[in-house]
Amino acid sequence: MIPEIGHFALILALCVAVVQGSLPIYGAAVGNAALMSVAKPAARGQFILVLLAFCCLGYAFAVKDFSVLYVASTSNSHLPLHYRLAAIWGAHEGSLLLWTFILTVWMLAVTFFSEHLPEAMRARILGVMGLVSLGFLLFMLTVSNPFERLIPAAADGRDLNPLLKDPGMVMHPPMLYMGYVGFSVAFAFAIAALLGGNLDAAWARWSRPWTTAAWCFLTVGIALGSGWAYYELGWGGWWFWDPVENASFMPWLAGTALMHSLAVTDKRGGFKVWTVLLAILAFSLSLVGTFLVRSGVLTSVHAFATDPKRGLFILVFLAIVIGGSLVLYAWRAPRVGLGGGFDMVSREAMLLGNNVLLVAALGSVFLGTLYPLFLDAMGLGKISVGPPYFDTVFVPLMTPAIFLMGIGPLAQWKKASLPDLALRLRWAFGASVVTALLLPFVLGKWTPLLSLGLLLASWIVTTAAVNVWERVSRLVGTSVMSALATLPRAYWGMVVAHCGIAVFIVGVTMVKGFEVEQDLRMNVGETSTIGGYTFRFDGVQNIKGPNYTAARGMFHVSQGGHDVTDMFPEKRHYPVQNQAMTEAAIDTGLLRDLYVSLGEPLPGGAWSVRLYHKPFIDWIWGGCLIMALGGVLAMTDRRYRLAGRREESLVSDLPNPVGPEVS
Amino acid sequence: MKPRQKRFVLIGLGLVALAVAAVLVLNAFQSNLVFFFTPTQVANGEVPQGRSFRIGGMVEQGSLTREGDGLTVHFIVTDMAKRVPVMFKGILPDLFKEGKGAVAQGQLGADGTFIASEVLAKHDENYMPPEVAEALAKAKAKGAQSSSTLVVQPQ
Repeated sequence: MIPEIGHFALILALCVAVVQGSLPIYGAAVGNAALMSVAKPAARGQFILVLLAFCCLGYAFAVKDFSVLYVASTSNSHLPLHYRLAAIWGAHEGSLLLWTFILTVWMLAVTFFSEHLPEAMRARILGVMGLVSLGFLLFMLTVSNPFERLIPAAADGRDLNPLLKDPGMVMHPPMLYMGYVGFSVAFAFAIAALLGGNLDAAWARWSRPWTTAAWCFLTVGIALGSGWAYYELGWGGWWFWDPVENASFMPWLAGTALMHSLAVTDKRGGFKVWTVLLAILAFSLSLVGTFLVRSGVLTSVHAFATDPKRGLFILVFLAIVIGGSLVLYAWRAPRVGLGGGFDMVSREAMLLGNNVLLVAALGSVFLGTLYPLFLDAMGLGKISVGPPYFDTVFVPLMTPAIFLMGIGPLAQWKKASLPDLALRLRWAFGASVVTALLLPFVLGKWTPLLSLGLLLASWIVTTAAVNVWERVSRLVGTSVMSALATLPRAYWGMVVAHCGIAVFIVGVTMVKGFEVEQDLRMNVGETSTIGGYTFRFDGVQNIKGPNYTAARGMFHVSQGGHDVTDMFPEKRHYPVQNQAMTEAAIDTGLLRDLYVSLGEPLPGGAWSVRLYHKPFIDWIWGGCLIMALGGVLAMTDRRYRLAGRREESLVSDLPNPVGPEVS
Repeated sequence: MKPRQKRFVLIGLGLVALAVAAVLVLNAFQSNLVFFFTPTQVANGEVPQGRSFRIGGMVEQGSLTREGDGLTVHFIVTDMAKRVPVMFKGILPDLFKEGKGAVAQGQLGADGTFIASEVLAKHDENYMPPEVAEALAKAKAKGAQSSSTLVVQPQ
């Protein structure tokens, strides 16, 4: 009964989505306030209905209702409750429900935080989001229904893939989807502005905090996924340039470019057309990413053939969303006026450079990810693109971007002076070069990439310090602390996020430069030393977990005769799916991780063992979290909260402040 | 310079930068493409020499042997028509099993042994890498064809 209620709620939500996607947009076009006012209650109603459906599916998992096909195929009676609930998004159908649910959450947020928006704008935004939701609901109800019954019911479920039985599974997909779907808000703002013909600075200011929020979620989501792969897959890698990872990285690159381009539109009224295009791009890539990962296209394009209806629906939906918005763009964008001009050396020019580089990086990831699929679909052979490609491409593209990142925030809008910038940054540059040249020798090894990484990281930090110092010293007559406190939060957000990149670069550079990986055979009692740490293998004992049995290795780690820690990696066997899994033991530290995982048992009680010493690896994820923290600071800046009110007063005071249709 | 000329210079510089970037990217792309071959293709000598590629097929039952160091393994990958011996030094992924599909990346040695630098595993017990499934299907189709036309292929 409960699953049927969920199914019915989805059908009702579909009806509401039809209303929400049509009446308010039409109302905004003809200026009918009654029709426009439908948007808000419709969005809230849709949220409640999808929430109901989501809870119904959750309930089916909680009570182990194996008469629901989806529940039977992704969970099992031995699975603990929190993983049963996380199994909601363990496969295709449920992830789409999660996606739709999160979309309605964002819609709900828009209804609450849009008081300052003009009625027509809000109606269009919610209308566009309603249309997106309509597509997803239709998809679920026609070809991918999570509530489909299995008659007769299965005695027990097929169980969740052991790799997914992990706290990462509980956190990573919702976070990632919050990011993906969050870009739908920026997309809806852009489409609404195109429809209304009011692409102006105010539009950019409104969509900035939303874009930043989505970007923060996506950043954290990707970092969680990377961390999860690191400790769960047993390989000790943190990024594999796997197509699945690239699918989430492409929207991130587009979103990062969008945030920076929005800054120019907001502050200077420039880049409008480009900003709209990026908003469309970011959301389109989020859609492509969702479908690539969840439809099985990535493991093989032929997954389309196994369920042609599903594949066809996806293609048509993508074509409508991307094609439709690009057509609208081509039709409307040329009417948008250009922003103010700027000089070759100016903050705008540097942000333009940042955008060009980010989009170029995006293009190269796109090529490396989708070209093999394309070739395979055409029947022209099977290829894969190795990680070296991405590494080779990324370093030269990101190096100038990071160089600009140091200068940009110090440059003036419109026209800056190169000699002046050079003068202001000479100490930062000198300090960075000295660090880059000397630090590797202190650490005991020199490679060009090591120096480059350290150069970039210290360049970011020193230029940020110069920037803050200049701002503070300009405020005469106040103490340093109170001067720091007067700097706006959006500014701190930028500084913090940029420093997060520095931390990230340090992590990557140190891991690439100094990691030690060793696969070896170890007998009981044998020791091996890597990175100054001595690992002693003390044998293996058999243990029994709730739904697995495992061989548990015992390792004693010491450094220079002092005990450091004991580590217990496991080799697990899950009988339900007859699957083996390596559970690595990791000793985390600020400056290094120690990583041990078991390979296979060898004759005589010996095991093949993997020992890693990974310096600074946690800085990689720490850097991502700092970036996200910067985003949170930026989006909670006062000017966004006050923006609406000030806008209205500005409009009444000035003849034509930001655009004709703001009021 | 007049603003007009300035703009031309700017656009020109942008185009040059773009062209250089495109050349670099495509070059890196070209040199990092990894092609996939079936054991039959390997046996027919269709594979590139001195370049890394991937092979896929079933790991033949009973073919897995281990050298004394415990890390170097030998096994045979087959598409049921041709067999390719593979050598790999390192720890095999969790899902590597005899009688199951596997994909390996590496180079072909002079003695016809495929020296794998990486053995890939996917995440599901029932999962057959699509490349492997296709390789098996191809070899089977070919076998059926040759038997129906009674052409004996010279070995």
